[in-house]
Amino acid sequence: MDSPFGLLAELTYRCPLACAYCSNPLNLADYSDELATHEWRRVLGEARDLGVLQCHLSGGEPLLRRDLVEIVAEAHGLGLYTNLVTSALGFSRSRAEQLRAAGLDHVQISIQADEPAVSDRIAGTPSFHRKVEAMGVVKELGWPLTVNVVLHRQNIDRVADVLGLAEEVRADRVELANTQYYGWARVNREALLPSRAQLEAAEVVVRAARERLRDRMDVLYVVPDYYSRYPKPCMGGWASRQLTVTPDGDVLPCPAAQSLPLPRASVRDAALDWIWAEAPVMNAFRGTDWMPEPCRSCERRERDFGGCRCQAFQLTGDAARTDPVCHLSPDHDLVADAVRAANDRRPIDLQLVPRPHRLPEEGK
Amino acid sequence: MTAPDRIPTRPQPPGPQPPDPVLSDGVRPRLARHVRMSFCRTRQRHILQLPETVVVLRGSGASILELCDGRRTVAEIVAELGLRFGTVPDDEVLRFLSRLVARRWVELAGETTDG
Repeated sequence: MDSPFGLLAELTYRCPLACAYCSNPLNLADYSDELATHEWRRVLGEARDLGVLQCHLSGGEPLLRRDLVEIVAEAHGLGLYTNLVTSALGFSRSRAEQLRAAGLDHVQISIQADEPAVSDRIAGTPSFHRKVEAMGVVKELGWPLTVNVVLHRQNIDRVADVLGLAEEVRADRVELANTQYYGWARVNREALLPSRAQLEAAEVVVRAARERLRDRMDVLYVVPDYYSRYPKPCMGGWASRQLTVTPDGDVLPCPAAQSLPLPRASVRDAALDWIWAEAPVMNAFRGTDWMPEPCRSCERRERDFGGCRCQAFQLTGDAARTDPVCHLSPDHDLVADAVRAANDRRPIDLQLVPRPHRLPEEGK
Repeated sequence: MTAPDRIPTRPQPPGPQPPDPVLSDGVRPRLARHVRMSFCRTRQRHILQLPETVVVLRGSGASILELCDGRRTVAEIVAELGLRFGTVPDDEVLRFLSRLVARRWVELAGETTDG
C-alpha cells in the first residue's frame, strides 16, 4: 500500500456562503462537534509521519476557525505544503498577514461568476467585491493565487469573462471545475447540469485561453463526468493517494464518502496510520478485488478504478457497482436520462435550493 | 466548497507537439517562488511541493535543482555536476530545466514571474 500524498483537512462545514452546488453533506448539523486545536495538531503530525506532503485546509470556510493561524503554523512546522481553500470572507489584511507569517504557502479563492450580480446570487450573499479585494491582498503579500470557479448551467456561458477576471487579478492558476453532483449539488442537479451545447462552447473558450495564457497562468479544467464516455479516476483510486478528515474527526478516502454505509473511523478513536492501513472504510474499495463486471475484466480498471464509489451508491444504492457515468455500466441510463433532460430545451435559470448558511443550533 | 476530485486535462492539439524551447546555457535558473524542494523521509526521495501537486524526483533531478540558485549559469551547473558525478551530458540538464521552465516551476533570474 502506498503512502498518501495529500490530506484534505475539512476544518469546519460552517460557511458564510450558501452555494447550491456545494458538495458538503446535507446533514451539516451532525458535524458540529469539531476537533479541537490539539486534536488537529496531532492529526497533522500523524499525517506527516504517514507520508503526507500537502495539507489542504478547507471546509466549509476554514477562516471561521479561530485557531486557523495555529493550525497553519503547525502544518508548516512539519514541512507540509499548506493550501488554504477559502471563500475569502473573513480574509482581512491582518488575518492574511498572520497567515503569511505562520507559513501558509498558497491561497485558493472561490468566486461564483465574473460579475457581482450573478456571483452574489449564486453565493447567496454579497461577496463578489470582497473576494476580488482578497485576491489583491493574496498577490500583494506574495502568495501564488488560484481562482476556483465551479461551473454549471447558470454560469458556464460566462467562462470567457471568468477567465478575463482571473487574468485581471493576476491569478497563477485558475480552476474551472464543472459541478460534481454530491451533497447539495445533487439536490440541485436539474438546475445545474449544463447542456451539451453549453459545454462545447465553453471548452472552445478554455482551449484558446490555455494557449494564450500558457506563459503566465495554468488553466485547469475539471471535466463534467456526466458527459464523459468513461468515469473519472476518482481520487486516483480509493484510499490510494489522498485522505480526508472531516470537522468531527472522521477519516475518509474522499469528502463525499461520508454518504456511504461504511463503518466510521475517527481520529478520536484510533491513530491515523492504523486507520489508513486497516480501517474497513479505507479497505472497502482498495485495489481491484471488489470490482464487479464490467470493471473486473475491463482494460481500464487500473486507469479509472471503476469511477466514483459515492456516485455509484448515490445513483444505484450499491457502492460496489460500476460508476453509472461509464457508457459500459448496466446503470448508464440513470445518467443518460439526466443528460437527455438537460438538453431538452430546459430554461437555464431554474430555481436553486441554497445550502443553509449556518447550522441550525447557531440560530439566525 | 471542495471538489471531490480534480482532473487537470491537457488540450490535444492535432499532430505532434512542438518541442519545448531549449534554454541557452548562459541563463541562471532557480526554483520558482511557489515551488519548494524538500526531502521526504517516508519515501526517501527528494520532492517538489507545489499548489495541488507533489513531484517525486528521481535520478539526478534533485542534484540539478539543488544547484539552481539564481546565481550559477546552466554551464556552471553542468560543470559542477561533472566534478561530482563524472561526465554529465549538458543537453540533458538543459532539456530537464527547459521542461521545468515551460511549466513555470523553474524561473530564470532577472525574469521574475509574479507569485
